Amino acid sequence: MDQIELIHVSKKFTTKTLGTVTAVNNLNLKIKEGECFSILGPSGCGKTTTLRMIAGFEDLSDGEIYLSGRPVSVKEKNLYIPPEKRGLGMVFQSFAVWPHMNLFENVAFPLRVQNINKTEIKKRVEEALHHTNLDGMGKAYPSDLSGGQQQRIALARAIITNPKVMLLDEPFSNLDPKTRESMRFEIKKLQKKFNFTIIFVTHDQSEAMAISDRMMVMDMGNIVQVDTPTNLYNKPINRFVHNFLGKSNFTRVIIENNKVYPRNDKSQPLSCELPNNGEREAVLATRPNTIELNHTNGYKTKIEKRIFLTNYIEYIVKVGDQIIQVQTPHFDEFKEGQTCYVKFPSVMWYSAEEDLKDNERDCRQII
Amino acid sequence: MSLFRAASHQNSDLSKLDGKKISLDNTLTILSFVILIIVVVIPMTMIVYNTFFFKGKLDTRLFNEIIANPENISAMRNTIIVAFWVTLFGTIIGVFFAWLLGRSDIPLKGMMRSMFTIPYMFPPFFGAMAWDLLLSPRGGYFNKWFMNLTGMKTAPININSLGGIIFVETSYYFPFVFMQVVSALERMDPTLEESARIAGAGQGYVIRKITLPLVRPAISAGAFLILISSLSHFGVPSILGFSQNIFTLPTKIYQLISRASGEFQGIREGAALSVLLVIVVMLALILQKIVLKSGRYDIIKGKSMRPMLIKLRKAKYPLLILSFASLFVIVVVPLVMIFLVGLLKAYGLSLTPNNFTFNNYKNVLFESKMVKDSIFNSLFLSISAGLICMFLGVMVAYVINKIKPYGKGLLEIISVLPYSIPGMVLAIGVILAWSGAFGINLYNTIWIILIAYIARYLAFSMKSASASLQQVHYSLEEAARSCGASHMQSLTDVTVPLIRPAMVSGFFLIFLPAMRELTTSVLLYGPFTRTLGVAIYSLKTDGNLVQASALASFTILLIIVCNALVRFITKDRKGV
Repeated sequence: MDQIELIHVSKKFTTKTLGTVTAVNNLNLKIKEGECFSILGPSGCGKTTTLRMIAGFEDLSDGEIYLSGRPVSVKEKNLYIPPEKRGLGMVFQSFAVWPHMNLFENVAFPLRVQNINKTEIKKRVEEALHHTNLDGMGKAYPSDLSGGQQQRIALARAIITNPKVMLLDEPFSNLDPKTRESMRFEIKKLQKKFNFTIIFVTHDQSEAMAISDRMMVMDMGNIVQVDTPTNLYNKPINRFVHNFLGKSNFTRVIIENNKVYPRNDKSQPLSCELPNNGEREAVLATRPNTIELNHTNGYKTKIEKRIFLTNYIEYIVKVGDQIIQVQTPHFDEFKEGQTCYVKFPSVMWYSAEEDLKDNERDCRQII
Repeated sequence: MSLFRAASHQNSDLSKLDGKKISLDNTLTILSFVILIIVVVIPMTMIVYNTFFFKGKLDTRLFNEIIANPENISAMRNTIIVAFWVTLFGTIIGVFFAWLLGRSDIPLKGMMRSMFTIPYMFPPFFGAMAWDLLLSPRGGYFNKWFMNLTGMKTAPININSLGGIIFVETSYYFPFVFMQVVSALERMDPTLEESARIAGAGQGYVIRKITLPLVRPAISAGAFLILISSLSHFGVPSILGFSQNIFTLPTKIYQLISRASGEFQGIREGAALSVLLVIVVMLALILQKIVLKSGRYDIIKGKSMRPMLIKLRKAKYPLLILSFASLFVIVVVPLVMIFLVGLLKAYGLSLTPNNFTFNNYKNVLFESKMVKDSIFNSLFLSISAGLICMFLGVMVAYVINKIKPYGKGLLEIISVLPYSIPGMVLAIGVILAWSGAFGINLYNTIWIILIAYIARYLAFSMKSASASLQQVHYSLEEAARSCGASHMQSLTDVTVPLIRPAMVSGFFLIFLPAMRELTTSVLLYGPFTRTLGVAIYSLKTDGNLVQASALASFTILLIIVCNALVRFITKDRKGV
């Protein structure tokens, strides 16, 4: 059964400076029960707005949202269920732990709202604290605790009512890398135990890949691709997704006489498969770890730079006037300035226009 | 994502849609507007209306007469001269001492700092009374002593002059700049200065090029506070100026109204003159807006570090002596003078123990019904104004900061407007509006003073609640909603407890100045509704200087006790 369903959901904002902005555009989405579903995208892509519409913090401009088949927002009928009646759990980026309540009071709050008796509250809070490794800390105030501990309070508070759906709004981005990793693990553990559905919003692709069953990549209010992490990584639908999910090399090439040459350099062809669309100009997309460097055959060039990155080595090489990053686990094979040969056993092709468009946008964002 | 959050007012979705027909937020919004219109907009409109309309017709003759009158023009000139010099001296003194205490290694900082804020606690007209006792050309104790000593025929210092007014006002208003700059220096990230030192700049260069420019917004904010306060100030020029026929606009307005003794024509004249005062103040406000708009820096960093203190070396003890001398003149002399004169059998007797008596205290505190009434009235007014404004302020601040309805800018302007409008003008507006114009006559009752106090002090609690609400991240309320709390519950369980410290301090921000209020009450009091400030003022203008001083000393003690109480109550609170 579908736990969460979004039908034609749109959200428009009107601001003084930008006029009307479409934050989310005609979104259709089904999330299955027990699934861990990530929404991924750059800043301003509409991912947080989508989550907040599911939570009930934002009204829809158009469309319908159902939780376990129950309509919670239907614009046409002007139906709107306020967030407190949706029975969700939510963890915020800013932790949103109430500073005037101690840890126990924070976690007990959802139960107190429901007028549950004191002994029951005490029992359930202790249980929740146990599941989040906060045993015996009930009297502490949030200001005495570390970021990781504060986020655990938020987590305990979210699971205490046993919600069917857990909304996570970039919950790890204010934590240090080590804590981040352990929190990921803990959330997955809690999901297994309480069997809730997770919707996880993040801009960190590696984090999303690590915990999700399925992921949705958004861009400028639109869904770009929804799939499993491996499929998204290996079969990105376009250059944007390719670029967003991990390191990428995009090399502009020219195809002549069934040979692939780097742009501005026809002295030697690249050793790779041909694209099948017959265009004269194209973009060759590669992941740095799929490129082969050797001493004998392929495209002849030299090592521009060698960077030691603990578990692998990154080499920068040039094809024509363009730079390519290559990652290999083989240490000390090449020195800077040494001649080497490059082969591309696994490549993907995108059109030259797409490259131009994306490049232009990247530049605009930098500006 | 962050772009949408910051640029939109769509936060309001949550509350707009709380599932009820008349939502809590709409109720709060409408209530805020209605109350502010009654308390602020109507009185202000009545002043303008009565100035330019007579019997329902446009009639600018009165206003033309008023602005053509040479007496009024000279009053306006005096107002501007006094305000200019007070602002200039107050700013220089304030910045100098703020830097000395904030960045140098001068000893006894803590003690000096609390001493420098003492003038802040007392009404300036107490100081004017004290200096009048010391330096008035005829009977001033210092002048008499000096003339005896040197055989001079005329008094060496005449406090009943523009210079005297400027001196007394400066000594009470410089803390505005001092406190602003001290706190800016304290919150400023010391690495900003340290990196300049690393870059090779010397101490003096860093002060000129880094420290002062960075605290410039604080300096100008404080300076404009002085300017606007001084333009609308009543107490000092009335005590020091009346006897020499030196008038400023507020004292001239007071004279017109008190001469009119309830006649409508006189009140209209006062209203017309107050329009002139408002124009002067508005010009200052516009200037303030222009100046403060340029150059706002984010100099505050989360981590509080100890700034590097500059060694004064040889200048240390001379500067310490200078500071103590200033404190002696500004703080100690007036206070001691008031206490001593309060003990005298009669004004003019020499200040020796055999002329001392406690009879004045006994008279004012236990025998005078007028004084007892005034103490009761002031307590009643300050506590009720404090409580009402506390809740109103939170409501308006919540509407402005969290609900953000259409017209929130307007609401904000209306609520802080009385803060910059001279108390005298506000009082006239309240008289015009609530003595029968709309069928409600509150004239000569305590309620008309209460309305004026609410209008006058609402901005204090509103600003305090606003600042605190801005610290409450929206996700805190949302987290409560996602936990199943209703909108009302999220307010009472999360938001209100978080801003409670600001509410308490908002109450005292109103209670303390209201206890000693003079400017508005002096126009609004009736036979039985004198306030403490008015009682002292009347005793003084009736020539009963010893009893005025005794009551003033009692008020000083009361203020000190209240301040200590406030400090005790508000310390050690869990902040937001």
